[in-house]
Amino acid sequence: MCEKQATAMNVTQAAEGLLALSQQEELVDLPSNHPLSASEDEEDGDGERKHQKLLETISSLNGTNRWKLTERSEASLKVSEFNVTSKGSGEKLAISDLLGPAKASSSLDTVKKQLNRVKSKKTLELPLNKEEAERIHREVAFNKTSQILSKWDPIVLNNRQAEQLVFPMEKEPPAYVPIEHAFHGWKATTPLEQEVFNLLNKNKQPVTDPLLTPMEKASLKAMSLEEAKMRRAELQRARALQSYYEARARREKKIKSKKYHKIVKKGKAKKALKDFEQLQKVDPNAALEELEKFEKARMMERMSLKHQNSGKWAKSKAIMAKYDLEARQAMQEQLAKNKELTQKLQVISESEGEEGEAEEDEPLVPDTVNEVQMNGGGTNPWMFRKCNGDAKEGEIQADPEDPEQLPEPVAHEFSESEEDERPVEEEEVLLQEFEEKRSFRKRSELNHNAKPVDSQETKAFISLPDSNCQEVLSELRVLSQKLSKKNHQSQKQKVNSVVATLQVQREEPAPEEEESLLLQKPERVQTMEELEQLGKEEYSENKDLTRPVLEREQIERTPRNQLDAPKEKRKKEQMIDLQNLLTTKSPSVKSLAVPTAIEELEDEVDRDQKQMIKEAFAGDDVIREFLKEKREAVKANKPRDVDLTLPGWGEWGGVGLKPSAKKRRRFLIKAREGPPRKDKNLPNVIINEKRNIHAAAHQVRVLPYPFTHHQQFERTIQNPIGSTWNTQRAVQKLTTPKVITKPGHIIKPIKAEDVGYCSSKSDLSVIQNNGKQLSRHQQKKLKKNSD
Amino acid sequence: METAPAPGKDVPPKKDKLQAKRKKPRRYWEEESTPTATGASPGPPAKKRNQEFRPQRPKNSGVSKKSRISKTPQVPRKARDQKKPQRSLSGAQDPFPGPAPAPVEEAQKFRRIDKSKKIPHSKTKTRSKLEVAEAEEEEASVRAARSELLLVEEPGFLEGEDGEDTAKILQTDIVEAVDIASAAKHFNLNLRQFGPYRLNYSQTGRHLAFGGRRGHVAALDWVTKKLTCEINVMEAVRDIQFLHSETLFAVAQNRWLYIYDNQGIELHCIRRCDRVTRLEFLPFHFLLATASETGFLTYLDVSVGKIVAALNARAGRLSVMAQNPYNAVIHLGHSNGTVSLWSPAVKEPLAKILCHRGAVRAVAVDSTGTYMATSGLDHQLKIFDLRGTFQPLSARTLPQGAGHVAFSQRGLLVAGMGDVVNIWAGQGKASPPSLEQPYLTHRLSGHVHDLQFCSFEDVLGVGHSGGITSMLVPGAAEPNFDGLENNPYRSRKQRQEWEVKALLEKVPAELICLDPRALAEVDVISLEQAKKERIERLGYDPDAKAPFQPKLKQKGRSSTASLVKRKKKVMDKEHRDKVRQSLEQQQKQQQKQEKAKPTGARPSALDRFVR
Repeated sequence: MCEKQATAMNVTQAAEGLLALSQQEELVDLPSNHPLSASEDEEDGDGERKHQKLLETISSLNGTNRWKLTERSEASLKVSEFNVTSKGSGEKLAISDLLGPAKASSSLDTVKKQLNRVKSKKTLELPLNKEEAERIHREVAFNKTSQILSKWDPIVLNNRQAEQLVFPMEKEPPAYVPIEHAFHGWKATTPLEQEVFNLLNKNKQPVTDPLLTPMEKASLKAMSLEEAKMRRAELQRARALQSYYEARARREKKIKSKKYHKIVKKGKAKKALKDFEQLQKVDPNAALEELEKFEKARMMERMSLKHQNSGKWAKSKAIMAKYDLEARQAMQEQLAKNKELTQKLQVISESEGEEGEAEEDEPLVPDTVNEVQMNGGGTNPWMFRKCNGDAKEGEIQADPEDPEQLPEPVAHEFSESEEDERPVEEEEVLLQEFEEKRSFRKRSELNHNAKPVDSQETKAFISLPDSNCQEVLSELRVLSQKLSKKNHQSQKQKVNSVVATLQVQREEPAPEEEESLLLQKPERVQTMEELEQLGKEEYSENKDLTRPVLEREQIERTPRNQLDAPKEKRKKEQMIDLQNLLTTKSPSVKSLAVPTAIEELEDEVDRDQKQMIKEAFAGDDVIREFLKEKREAVKANKPRDVDLTLPGWGEWGGVGLKPSAKKRRRFLIKAREGPPRKDKNLPNVIINEKRNIHAAAHQVRVLPYPFTHHQQFERTIQNPIGSTWNTQRAVQKLTTPKVITKPGHIIKPIKAEDVGYCSSKSDLSVIQNNGKQLSRHQQKKLKKNSD
Repeated sequence: METAPAPGKDVPPKKDKLQAKRKKPRRYWEEESTPTATGASPGPPAKKRNQEFRPQRPKNSGVSKKSRISKTPQVPRKARDQKKPQRSLSGAQDPFPGPAPAPVEEAQKFRRIDKSKKIPHSKTKTRSKLEVAEAEEEEASVRAARSELLLVEEPGFLEGEDGEDTAKILQTDIVEAVDIASAAKHFNLNLRQFGPYRLNYSQTGRHLAFGGRRGHVAALDWVTKKLTCEINVMEAVRDIQFLHSETLFAVAQNRWLYIYDNQGIELHCIRRCDRVTRLEFLPFHFLLATASETGFLTYLDVSVGKIVAALNARAGRLSVMAQNPYNAVIHLGHSNGTVSLWSPAVKEPLAKILCHRGAVRAVAVDSTGTYMATSGLDHQLKIFDLRGTFQPLSARTLPQGAGHVAFSQRGLLVAGMGDVVNIWAGQGKASPPSLEQPYLTHRLSGHVHDLQFCSFEDVLGVGHSGGITSMLVPGAAEPNFDGLENNPYRSRKQRQEWEVKALLEKVPAELICLDPRALAEVDVISLEQAKKERIERLGYDPDAKAPFQPKLKQKGRSSTASLVKRKKKVMDKEHRDKVRQSLEQQQKQQQKQEKAKPTGARPSALDRFVR
């Protein structure tokens, strides 16, 4: 301590000296700026600093910055072994500077230590201001309490979700009586009890002391330790092997070398071939199956474009192929592979010869045969259609000389089937073109083959449209066989003549037949016409007049009307509908007891009819009135457009002048289309769309909390809870109070012990124990707090 | 289940002995134990020892043991589809194991939640609430279905022998066939003096009031034929109607509406309802609806004596009126062939249906509110579907149009034509009456003036010019009545209590609307309005989905560019979803249209070329 004081003293002395010196210097230096003193010469570097100091002192003389004078600094002049100096007055004295010279001497150790201690001591930070400190305190306290309280969360949640809470909550714990005590002095009296005891005894169950039964004991000993260990080891090994294998497969899959993969593939193929050969020897059946697989692969290859130089790689190679031999080879290789894969495996079979024959005959057989055979027993109506079309074409193809004559029956059909004229013509032309092309192709084929057809067979051939499709198929098959066997020659002319006559004969029935053929499928039989007929039948049968019938009639009537007046289509439709609705003659009742007044008049059916007609006429304006009313109602209910045009704004205004259409359009705010009216499709009804405000006042208009959509909430209130609609029990259940308090009981606050927690002393441990119960969110919160 | 037997409890052991002296009480186990004791249960100890030496039985042998037990004489099993009842050890079996069976179809009838309606995806909390609601509904419906068992009475029916037409069966035949009590329900009152009669049965079906055109008004307990009152009002009587109970009835007289009590004392003269032609009473709303010659439909609240609403139908004289018991909507028939539906809360008709070409002569609505029968001047009788479509289901031309129609509680339709009454029946309760074959016919001594089925009795009351006829119609009425609601046998005290309860449960008049279940819906319009206002007030939509904010990532992956990219990605995805959804919707609509579109012309082979 005294040393320290001494140093301080020294320092102050030095400072005083310096001050005196500087004052002296000031006096000396003022007249001339030259450095005079010898000491100055010695310390050249200090010149500038001195100068600065001088300036400072001068400035301090003004009194503006007086405190700076007290700054401790040392003159560099007085350097002595007794005084400690730092280099400049601007730098502070550091302890290390003091320690520097004391390094060597060991006697200064104590001083050193003391100084070190001083160095290590830090200044205390300023205390936080009150608000901040309090805030931090609050935060910490909040975290802590919320952490403590969060253990209650699951309980609170449970209680909230509970259907009913009964307070006070704690129940008297059931008195625990050990079983021995309970049994003491008790005997089985009823047969049931006796039986139970019998059973227990029989099965060697312990009756009085709660010990393990022999069974349980045995089951505990069921597996020995060694056994279990062995089994475990086995399982482990299997698992390890599997993992090795998997790893290997993965590794191999990762190898990028193409060569490697090629080799592997080749190896596999070879192996497969070898296996197959072996299989052939050992098990021919399995080999056949294998062969089928090959066949399938072939089919796949044929279907796909995998090796047909169409891939990305192949295309790139194709570009290079011109210049690159390798690329060319690669492409060829691929093609070869394709060929190889698509090559049919030769299986020697008995039907080879026949097949060959069939192949020979193939050109002779018309296209239909093939197609039909392909579609064998298919029920696809489209296929049938196509087949029929082909048959028709075949018919046409038979006499290609006079195409003018042929399309006629076809056109005839369609003119019948379709009432419109123009589209038919178009179609006719299209069809003609189509047929011409087709016939041309056929002719060339025929010429090429030069195998004309027998006249008889053509007859059969022509009679196609008459028969059923199935028959056609069989006939065609027979025909083709015949054709393959026979090799007759006949003139086309003959055929033509036959065809022509036949055609003439069948011009009348043709359309119907065609139709029947067109609608081969049983489901398709129900055309509109038939439906109509059905409807008529029903109608005439005096059955109940139901709505479908009405609709059918509508359908029947509307098209014609549409043709007549397409402009007023909608209105008309509605009209007609209504007319239908009201004027349809409903079946009259044949009652046993007829009113006496009518009985006399009963024979006068004419009069009745007249009356009907009269009434029908009288009712016309009823309908019109109703429609008018409905139109008005619709109009009144429609949201109106808002017109914001100001006449005379931006243009001339005045009497007789109207704002331009453009402007009006611009300032017209179109009303939004409301939801469709409920009676939109009900011509005989006007439903009021106005809201019943009085009833709406009784409806719920605020969604309660967990519901986000009104449909959800509606579902929960759809079930009535009143006793008018429910049984007594149901009402009681539906209206159970959420909270029941027992009168005369004190409801104490819930305690941690009550719900299975230990006392509140170790809250954290409790929370950790109940971590499972806490929700994830809470856990997260906890973690955050503990961090 | 509801009455769980507690066998051990009810008789303490000491008492047991006492009773044993007199007569040993039968216990639940004793029923079967006597025969089984030897066979099944190893009772004697010697046998027990024997069994001890036996090796432990394998598990499957337990079955055979059971079968041994089941050798006991079988309790006659019901035809019901029950599970095999579990056997107790003693061999006694619960004859009704498990909860009482509840028929599924019956329960379906009581289901109120329409599950076909889809609801938007909901959060877990909401879902749990929905689940609770559904479970409650299911339980309530099952309970209700189970309680159907208590409805022991079965409806009557009339069946002809092979090929015999039931319409040929005369009233006399029926009367001969039925018991005396029922036969007494068929009677004729010959009252030729005071002209054609209108009649009305009370809610319970016990009392009958009738009024003749020439002023004769009487009320009686028609079962006992005890006359409660008989007066002559010295004025033309247009209609008569019981109010909520048999103690009060309203009479529409020439000028005004009068209310009498069961002693025939005039209680009120309501001058605001003048020239009334028809009366209807809405029992749950305590409203008396009157249709007048002046074209007004007036609702009078009889509990407070106020006129709730006076609606101008603007269709001339009103003389055809009926109420829909399902939703308390009043149906008025007009001379222009329309039927209009009215509620006191709305000044205009809720709906207007064009039913006939001529004027509508009579309207009736069945008890479920599903079907409406109308008859018009065009001699047609039509049945309309009231469930939203208002389309005719069936129609029939009658030789002389029906002047009066009425539905019974079980859906039988009666039409009065001249002096003949025809009754049609449907297949079941919920089906409309098929108008092909009449179920019953009857000829009266005068022209029909009014028709009404009596509730809870298979009786049809016909008022005609010759008096009153009460005819038997088997299967017309609901066989089971709700004793708390409409009790035909109630005492005076019970009636008074019921009156108080009914008044407490009175439904406000403004709740009458076409679909009464709409009240259990949220008022979407005001809900949306409130939402809009809230958004305006807050300046933002609190329920709106927050825009996607990309998470901060480290290692330079959270650059502005990548943030924008991520945002864009999410936005694009949302957009794509939206587009996909709209496309799907469009496709669906198109498919629907295609389906709905009738194939106009017949398909031709050339269709394939049509582009």
